[in-house]
Amino acid sequence: MSIAVSTQLICFSVLSLVVIIGALGVVLLESIVYSAFLLAGVFLSIAGLYLLLNASFVAAAQVLVYVGAVNVLIIFAIMLVNKKEDLKPIDNLNSRRIISTSICLTLLSLLIRVDLSKVWVLASPNSSIGEESIYRIGEHLFSDYLLPFEVASVLLLMAMIGAIVLARKDVMNQDISTGLPVDQELIEKTKESFLIKKN
Amino acid sequence: MNLESIPLQAFLITSSILFCIGIWGLLNSRNAVRVLMCIELMLNAVNINLMAFSSFVDNNLIQGQVFTIFVITVAAAEAAVGLAILLSLYRNRVTVDMESFNLLKW
Repeated sequence: MSIAVSTQLICFSVLSLVVIIGALGVVLLESIVYSAFLLAGVFLSIAGLYLLLNASFVAAAQVLVYVGAVNVLIIFAIMLVNKKEDLKPIDNLNSRRIISTSICLTLLSLLIRVDLSKVWVLASPNSSIGEESIYRIGEHLFSDYLLPFEVASVLLLMAMIGAIVLARKDVMNQDISTGLPVDQELIEKTKESFLIKKN
Repeated sequence: MNLESIPLQAFLITSSILFCIGIWGLLNSRNAVRVLMCIELMLNAVNINLMAFSSFVDNNLIQGQVFTIFVITVAAAEAAVGLAILLSLYRNRVTVDMESFNLLKW
């Protein structure tokens, strides 16, 4: 075993262990703030896995988008909705846990069985494009994936406008055409909720 | 750097475990922010799968990497809209407990 091969194996084992243990921590930890920071660690080690797969551009995009944007957004959301509240106990919690855990374990065993039993037709490593992959991604984005690329820009614009409209408090407090004030209570009540439970 | 050392199955098993952890958290967590985090975990598991296949099976055309970039885009949009929905929900119900959002329950 050459030193390059063993280095790759060690890197892969450490990265995948960090991914799995971090994901368990995200799910199981009590404090949501710790979960958010562990999630950043999981994203970073997934970027490391991408580097092992010869995909430096996607690894950089992963770090920029997930760690830089999504995780910061999640931490801000935690800051905004962080209220210490006593969760009211729900009945049949244990049976719920047992059922969901057994479903997840069944799905996991099914997936692992498919992973191990299927013989994948691998391409020869000589045809690998390697570090030239960023040029090939650019060619794809501007030739055969041009339509999804443009639709993605529309999607991002819609998400931006939608997020602003949903998160704003004073949304549309006057009618656009007549200029008359709109009944704000119909759109959103700030003091007393109309989504309150009827019973 | 050749990829003969790490088998494809190792990447697939890692992503399977990550996906199942995400599903478990999605079903069991009571904080709505943690539900969003679990969705991100599941999307990342799918991304690992796509990247592994694009590097082992399709290593010249690498269409999987293009798909991964699109998934990252959609995940960013989803996170922004999801957290905005969460904020407006919090403003209406003053809680983030998943058990108290039963508006669509019949």
